[in-house]
Amino acid sequence: MIYKGKIWKFGDNIDTDAIIPARYLVTSDPQELAAHCMEDADPQFVSKMKKGDIILGGENFGCGSSREHAPIAIKAAGISCVVARSFARIFYRNSFNMGLPIFESNDLWAAIKEGEEITVDGGAGIITISGGNKQFKIGKIPPFMEQLINDGGLMKHIAKKRGIK
Amino acid sequence: MGNTITEKILMAHTDLREIRAGELINARVDIALGNDITAPIAIKEFRKAGGRKVFDRDKIALVLDHFTPNKDISSAEQCKFVREFALEQKITHFYEGGRVGIEHALLPEQGIVVPGDVVIGADSHTCTYGGLGAFATGVGSTDLAAAMLTGELWFKVPETIKFVVYGKMPRWVSGKDLILHIIGRIGVDGALYKAMEYTGETISALPMADRLSIANMAIEAGAKNGIFPPDDITRQYVEGRGKRPYKFYASDADAVYADIIEINAAQLEPQVAFPHLPSNVKGVSAAGDIKIDQSLIGSCTNGRIEDLRIAAQILQGRKAASTVRLIVVPATPAIYQQAIREGLIEIFLNAEAVISPPSCGACLGGHMGILAAGERAVATTNRNFVGRMGHAKSEVYLASPAVAAASAVLGRIASPAHLA
Ligand code: SF4
Repeated sequence: MIYKGKIWKFGDNIDTDAIIPARYLVTSDPQELAAHCMEDADPQFVSKMKKGDIILGGENFGCGSSREHAPIAIKAAGISCVVARSFARIFYRNSFNMGLPIFESNDLWAAIKEGEEITVDGGAGIITISGGNKQFKIGKIPPFMEQLINDGGLMKHIAKKRGIK
Repeated sequence: MGNTITEKILMAHTDLREIRAGELINARVDIALGNDITAPIAIKEFRKAGGRKVFDRDKIALVLDHFTPNKDISSAEQCKFVREFALEQKITHFYEGGRVGIEHALLPEQGIVVPGDVVIGADSHTCTYGGLGAFATGVGSTDLAAAMLTGELWFKVPETIKFVVYGKMPRWVSGKDLILHIIGRIGVDGALYKAMEYTGETISALPMADRLSIANMAIEAGAKNGIFPPDDITRQYVEGRGKRPYKFYASDADAVYADIIEINAAQLEPQVAFPHLPSNVKGVSAAGDIKIDQSLIGSCTNGRIEDLRIAAQILQGRKAASTVRLIVVPATPAIYQQAIREGLIEIFLNAEAVISPPSCGACLGGHMGILAAGERAVATTNRNFVGRMGHAKSEVYLASPAVAAASAVLGRIASPAHLA
């Protein structure tokens, strides 16, 4: 679990309406959703970002609606992982359940500018800013949730437990 | 060390003899809910995991309320997909067309959710049923798929913040004003991952409609659930409509709380949440001169008959300002019928309101009441994020039905007390 990429920095309370506005929820197709990823927070986001980039949020990232379309849009847009000071709980759940890697770091946000590059080492629990030696600890993930990620999400975990495939 | 009502309900749905806040558990689910936006993903996930048959066709509710009546081809396709699944699986609580209401008004009204339940819904405002003394929380589509398949789901047992509310609420102050005040006080992540439990003399006297409105907005403070201890008011509401046996739980006297917050309701005035966060709250007297283009009375927060009665009381013999589009949305077909019987719909029509069929529609910027750039709406809904009801440069002000009705008449944000 190592992710290296340029960060796109957002503020506090980025809600799911900003991540994927309700007007696009007439579909659950990942590619169609990806085309509008972060549109109401930054209308140019999809055209500016590159595959593998990382979203950095402030407090309470993903608050608002339960729409799984939000992590789906982020993942399908090619974002490798999301780091935030804290996550809203349904977004947090959804990300683990559907396999979008997310990490909590309280201190990174204030220490970095948009466009800088970071390396997230999920296994070691460390984020490093490229071109420096500053390191940031990532919040610990409970063992059960780690297993969800290792199994590839909740449904694969359940299928495994029930002996399907 | 005792347990909170939230811990007790969760524990009763496991085989564990003891649980504590912070633990990860698997709990059995009494009702699993999905709608036309979230159910399609859940059904696909259900099938991908090898699902052929849902765990219990009586314990799943599929409510096609968000884009009803279907606004375009894509939304019609989503509904068709869910409908075919519901018919194939013989889902008991399947609602669409003229039977559909806004899910969180419909499920309590129809007695589908009852006190003591564990309810999960792929919709963040599932927390509404905490008003009945149930544990209810919003989850994602994958969670719904898991619950439809196995009848259980993983939960982190939340810590609880207790709100003790005392004092008589002044005229025109409602449950909606109380919850807006609370969110203004603790912030949109003030109860992150936690339960919000309401007690105190004001709460004991609070009608069910207000309790449901307050529980509805727990998610707007980041909470996992909101919960009211069930009492005689709960019993009166559930008797005659509950479809299953129900059970009352209560917090132990020595239950452990993360925080206890006291609120004097007698000091409240009608509240308004300014754009673009539900926590951006001011008393209506401090609102200033905010001209509005639209007033929306409805949604799962405030589309019940009690809400329509208050609005009608204010709109009787008055008209919406010529600059304001007033939209009234009875939340369910039963509420709509009741409003007709009581003459409320006639009052609204005379006030030059548009009456919408029961639908989420305008509340989420879906259809039937979208805002243009630069437009402002006062709404009895629960969210005022950027672009929530339309253009990213439009604005939503959250308030009670009383404020929304008075504002419609005056063309600016106002309290009923400002009406001549
Ligand atoms: S009325 Fe609004 S908040 Fe309630 S379920 Fe519908 S869209 Fe969601």
